[in-house]
Amino acid sequence: MISLPKPRIAALATAVVAFAVMSGSALAQKKYDTGASDTEIKIGNIMPYSGPASAYGVIGKTEEAYFKKINAEGGINGRKINFISYDDGYSPPKAVEQARKLVESDEVLVVFNPLGTPSNSAIQKYLNAKKVPQLFVATGATKWNDPKDFPWTMGWQPSYQSEARIYAKFLMKEKADAKIAIMYQNDDFGKDYLKGLKDGLGAKSSMIIAEESYETSEPTIDNHIVKLKATGANVFINISTPKFAAQAIKKIAEVDWKVMHIVSNVSASVGSVIKPAGFENAQGILSAAYAKDGADSQWDNDPGMKKFYAFLEKYYPEANKLDGSVVFGYGVAQTMVKVLEMSGDDLTRANVMKQAASLKDFAPDTLLPGVKINTSATDFAPIEQLQMQRFKGEKWELFGDIISGELSN
Amino acid sequence: MSAVEDVVNEAPAVEAVPKRAMTLGYGTSLVVLALLILVPLGVKNFIIFQLTMLLIYGLAVLALNILTGGSGQFSLGQSAFYAVGAYTSAILMEHANMNYALTLPIAGIICFGFGFLFGQPALRLSGVYLALATFALATAMPQLLKLGFFEHWTGGVQGLVVTKPDAPFGLPMSQDMWLYYFTLAITIGIYIASVNLLRSRSGRAFMAIRDNEIAASAMGVDVALYKTLAFGVSAGITGVAGGLGAIAVQFVAPDGYTITLAISLFLGMVVGGVGWLPGSIIGSAFIIFVPNIAEGISKGLSGAVFGVLLFLVIFLVPHGARQVAIVAQQLIGKLKKN
Repeated sequence: MISLPKPRIAALATAVVAFAVMSGSALAQKKYDTGASDTEIKIGNIMPYSGPASAYGVIGKTEEAYFKKINAEGGINGRKINFISYDDGYSPPKAVEQARKLVESDEVLVVFNPLGTPSNSAIQKYLNAKKVPQLFVATGATKWNDPKDFPWTMGWQPSYQSEARIYAKFLMKEKADAKIAIMYQNDDFGKDYLKGLKDGLGAKSSMIIAEESYETSEPTIDNHIVKLKATGANVFINISTPKFAAQAIKKIAEVDWKVMHIVSNVSASVGSVIKPAGFENAQGILSAAYAKDGADSQWDNDPGMKKFYAFLEKYYPEANKLDGSVVFGYGVAQTMVKVLEMSGDDLTRANVMKQAASLKDFAPDTLLPGVKINTSATDFAPIEQLQMQRFKGEKWELFGDIISGELSN
Repeated sequence: MSAVEDVVNEAPAVEAVPKRAMTLGYGTSLVVLALLILVPLGVKNFIIFQLTMLLIYGLAVLALNILTGGSGQFSLGQSAFYAVGAYTSAILMEHANMNYALTLPIAGIICFGFGFLFGQPALRLSGVYLALATFALATAMPQLLKLGFFEHWTGGVQGLVVTKPDAPFGLPMSQDMWLYYFTLAITIGIYIASVNLLRSRSGRAFMAIRDNEIAASAMGVDVALYKTLAFGVSAGITGVAGGLGAIAVQFVAPDGYTITLAISLFLGMVVGGVGWLPGSIIGSAFIIFVPNIAEGISKGLSGAVFGVLLFLVIFLVPHGARQVAIVAQQLIGKLKKN
């Protein structure tokens, strides 16, 4: 019995020697995982091209167009990007099927920017078990920044909690006598925001005097507004999706509630919220932003946005430049390309993940001046800065400094 | 009586299905079974996963087939029963640390009860009205699952992550392959039981109700009991399918069980052939693979392509796969004669 392990040691020793020899020669060479080769990098993606969230499908189309541009310009270090994007109809079981198809059948190097909190939750465990990078997911939930438990998953946009902390910081500084009324959507998005707000206010969370939640199934939120007005609050924080945000802006003007109104970034779009609610009703509303607004004329001469408009003209002419999703898709695709460039000839999944976690002061063309992407081995939240903005006339006016909503815990 | 009432009260004209036409012959059954057992041995894990989903949706379509094809009641609410089954399995596995195999009968029983109870008020409705009532159930379910009251167990909108079981007894097969054979065994069991159910006294009562409710009750069939029973059995099987689905997908969330799922299952039943149990698996193949084919043809217009394909199927073979099977059978018969 005692003599049994001997052959194993011998085998192990042989293996170690063989490995040492191989890795010695491999150092000088290019390294690839499944999905990368001398000529090609395969990138997988999952988008809701159909179903309730199909409006976001534009993001996938923008990314496809952007990678087409990169390929037309010679690719990344001579390698062409093969972008494989599937539809999950915003259904988690379908997302699992598509993720497995990408990894096991198409054999992609990374799964990039899959959209939606439920879909990403469904595939997170699988991708981490398979050690496939789930890079720059398109959702603002805070849970994607968890390098310890999920070292293969990384977010991109500022999390709802960091944005909410920025409002908290702003209020504590600018409005010490605030009596805050909050209206939030009763789901993960709304609750994440609420938590960030309370954490940000800390000891001062007693400034919140009223909270109202609404369901997406409600036809109108007018009664919540009337109720909140009655509390006598002087700050109203509006954590809602575009349709409801527009209703709230209109109703507040109607009931003549003179209040400091903060709208979440999700619903800060001029095209889909402010314009339908009426410009005259939206004067003075506050929000925070991290990306430039394609509808805003102040960026017409901005070099970054000029590049963006030129790209749209050549590679995606049918795009609606007022749609925030187009700006988003461009920025996130640019980040992906940057990471692949940094990975050089070492296109292993581990190295791509390592490079994604070593972004330093990277600024995609469509982000606000001063907002920069920074990541590290312990910080998987690429964008954490936003700037406050106030609505004036027919557009947003930025003011104050770039504020970081970094979660310190 | 107005024309509208006429249409509504008239039992849907479904041609009486002879018992043998409801299933496959022994020879064909064995060939299908052999195929189902052998195919996973030579393909990638991803394909095995798809085949597992094929069986799971097949079960759910079969359940609807018993309800609609057997007892003549419509349901657009199967996604609700599927969700209850999925959540029952997921909650028992993750919160009570129960063995995955044990959660399935519990999911089945809970859904049976749920379906039976829902069948009670549904008794007063028939035809399109019943379809609408079940539609309401399907629309309400995802929101009920999000309720703060249940959130501790259901995980709210975030859903629950389920751990995938390993093959037992150290069997040298991947998790996917084990789950496939596990699902296959359950599917075969339920299929045989369903065939026997429809051939039994209860099955004949179901079909008598489907063909003519008044005549059935005149012959002494307890219409109310058998109608609710059909609902219960159908919901129970759907629940087992839901539980299996949760284990295979490893995740449950309210967004996975929307009305779209209910409509898919209904579609699967029509494409497979109403009242023809083996068609369930073909219907299930349609709802899993055809959207992928449509997406392959055009990404932006996948919905429209799917619609065109569906339209072609319904136009060319209105009785679904059953019609194709009958034609094939006649052709083979002719060849044998020659």
